[in-house]
Amino acid sequence: MKIHKYDTVIVGAGGAGMRAAIEATKRSRTAVLTKLYPTRSHTGAAQGGMAAALANVEEDNWEWHTFDTVKGGDYLVDQDAAEILAKEAIDSVLDLEKMGLPFNRTPEGRIDQRRFGGHSRNHGEAPVRRSCYAADRTGHMILQTLYQNCVKEGVEFFNEFYVLDQLLTEVDGKQVSAGVVAYELATGEIHVFHAKSVIYASGGTGKFFKVTSNAHTLTGDGQAAVYRRGIPLEDMEFFQFHPTGIWRMGILLTEGARGEGGILRNKHGERFMEKYAPVMKDLASRDVVSRSIYTEIREGRGCGPEGDHVYLDLTHLPPEQLDAKLPDITEFARTYLGIEPYTDPIPIQPTAHYAMGGIPTNVKGEVLADNTTVVPGLYAAGEVACVSVHGANRLGTNSLLDINVFGKRSGIAAAEYAHSADYAPLPENPAEFVVSEVERLRSATGNERVADIRRELQETMDANVMVFRTEQTIKAAVEKIGELRERYKNVSIQDKGKRFNTDLLEAVELGNLLELAEVMAVSALARKESRGGHYREDYPNRDDVNFMRHTMAYREVAEDGSTSIRLDYKPVVTTRYQPMERKY
Amino acid sequence: MATPTLEKTDGGAEPGFADSPYITVTFRVRRFNPEVSAEAEWQDFTFEMDPKERVLDGLHKIKWELDGTLTFRRSCAHGICGSDAMRINGKNRLACKTLIKDISPEKPITIEAIKGLTVLKDLVVDMEPFFQAYRDVMPFLITKDTNEPTRERLQSAEDRERFDDTTKCILCAACTSSCPVFWNDGQYFGPAAIVNAHRFIFDSRDEAGEQRLEILNDRDGVWRCRTTFNCTDACPRGIEITKAIQEVKRALITRRI
Repeated sequence: MKIHKYDTVIVGAGGAGMRAAIEATKRSRTAVLTKLYPTRSHTGAAQGGMAAALANVEEDNWEWHTFDTVKGGDYLVDQDAAEILAKEAIDSVLDLEKMGLPFNRTPEGRIDQRRFGGHSRNHGEAPVRRSCYAADRTGHMILQTLYQNCVKEGVEFFNEFYVLDQLLTEVDGKQVSAGVVAYELATGEIHVFHAKSVIYASGGTGKFFKVTSNAHTLTGDGQAAVYRRGIPLEDMEFFQFHPTGIWRMGILLTEGARGEGGILRNKHGERFMEKYAPVMKDLASRDVVSRSIYTEIREGRGCGPEGDHVYLDLTHLPPEQLDAKLPDITEFARTYLGIEPYTDPIPIQPTAHYAMGGIPTNVKGEVLADNTTVVPGLYAAGEVACVSVHGANRLGTNSLLDINVFGKRSGIAAAEYAHSADYAPLPENPAEFVVSEVERLRSATGNERVADIRRELQETMDANVMVFRTEQTIKAAVEKIGELRERYKNVSIQDKGKRFNTDLLEAVELGNLLELAEVMAVSALARKESRGGHYREDYPNRDDVNFMRHTMAYREVAEDGSTSIRLDYKPVVTTRYQPMERKY
Repeated sequence: MATPTLEKTDGGAEPGFADSPYITVTFRVRRFNPEVSAEAEWQDFTFEMDPKERVLDGLHKIKWELDGTLTFRRSCAHGICGSDAMRINGKNRLACKTLIKDISPEKPITIEAIKGLTVLKDLVVDMEPFFQAYRDVMPFLITKDTNEPTRERLQSAEDRERFDDTTKCILCAACTSSCPVFWNDGQYFGPAAIVNAHRFIFDSRDEAGEQRLEILNDRDGVWRCRTTFNCTDACPRGIEITKAIQEVKRALITRRI
């Protein structure tokens, strides 16, 4: 076991982690621990753009953007945070341009902007061009640009280090962050990072679904590490299903395709979104579009022999426009489906895409131990966190924005805290949990396989807690997850070695997914209303009287060592917008 | 799923997923684990696959059902993250962008680590020399103006287009590890580093083109390229790498960007 000492440790090197690293490295001795090489992070898969009311191509302002974000989140958004997001969006985009990001340009040489779902002029009048973009690889360009600037700033990376535990120490009666414990993939060695501040920027948890746009590596490791140490998770029942995943594969096809004029059609060729969202049509918010797609499918208007998908139609757009604005997604259709998007519509279905919930933070990125108490030295930003700027449903282009605004804020706040604070002492035997967990898995002889349990988890999640949910389906999921967690205790792996043991890490990741899937399902069961991405067929309306509040899920450990989930609630911060009926 | 279809429709055959019977495939994988043996060896795995699946799906099938010790890197599974470059039937490709039907599955499919970088275990190589070459070309925007503009820098659509192709690079190393010059001499920067230098040399906002050209003028620099086009063939992003290298060479001769 090695012990390292840093002012600031950042867990994850996607957009949020690297944006934080650029700030933290300038201000404090910083290490970035990442289970992948930084440029492999899933920020690179984001396509359509980053929202900011630059007003480069038409009238726009940050107040409209704030309103759209609040409405898009079905009023579960904390409005103070949404206002910061929309205001600081403008500087965030300009920062990236100055770092070198090659945005598409207007004829005047300014950053070009395009339409995106849920973003509107003057509080819902019509779609507005707010998304700043680089073809359909905006996330790729953000990830590359941030990595380039990390190289420039000399950011210190520990690549292929898996953070498996969060260290908390009680100081003056308060839990304070003391660092993290990591597993080095190349050697199997365990490392303790003693740090004054820790920022989690480790991304989402989409791999508990089967059809998902998420990478294999998005297994909620950060959420699980802090949750096991008693930190609550906020609003985990809210998961976004992106309307346009490649049929059966789930690979993302950007909403920018509809921003450029693409149309969703059912088997009769009808533009069905006109029925569900008369003003915004195909550019309604993602939860609305995904439900509309499944309504078409359920009512027998789906396409194909199984009637299990609809079409994204780009055939009326000029090939030059597709080549210039949507080159990657048209290539995905050619590569994976053998379809030519110039002439044929693309079969799509909603795909599990984004966790709105996560580790609760305030607007500085400080992690909360309950509704109000900050955990000194602990920060989170990006998809792993819940500020909450996305509420019950995130708007497209607001996540690339989120990682930049709150990555930067948490990087600054964590480094400043490191200057003012002393090291919290490490707990006695800090690596104990990780050592015993790794040894248990390496020496286990049970008869359960990781792949079987993971597949059954993904199947039950797709079947029971996807776009449509009922008490019955959610209960079925809770029960199944409980059964799988029992079976997980008997899991064994084949690779017993120390070198690049990805077999072992997949088992660890599955443990994280199971833990978080249960939190999600239990949170969803208790929310007896429909709001944003959480749609209950047995409670189809939003219930502001009983549920205009954030869910806070705590892990409780009983005296006999058994665990359970305790749910509590946190008020929503409302500033200028009172809840209204949500129409697009 | 929670969305049962109420009635079957007569939508007809789909272009993407027609009835595709599973076929038997053999993956012939170059295995190496120094914890077990100092020697590398080929190992065959035979199993059923849909020919429309990816090579990566086959590797997962092996890892998840047949042999958990098989080790490879992967993440996004659709050609964006650059983790899973490997040598498939002797050609560098991303396992997640290569469909079984496109690589003669009636014969054994050979899979080995990319060449020119030290193999650490099975398909995993040491990427550090590759990233070092990348860092050496100063892959970041350098501007001399101390007064940053309050708004964005202006750039015409034409100037933006000038370096568009080389912004697509995902640093997967498929190009560099397909280059015979790089195989013979690991000191050569390799195509990927030159691509990333090109991306800044031809960016109208950048002011360090001369510095980067000097770095590439080095004896391990751009002149080592023998224009074999292996890199262009290997690039999973379709970047015209050899052309980019030629443009850098030309800029060195004319000193005009």
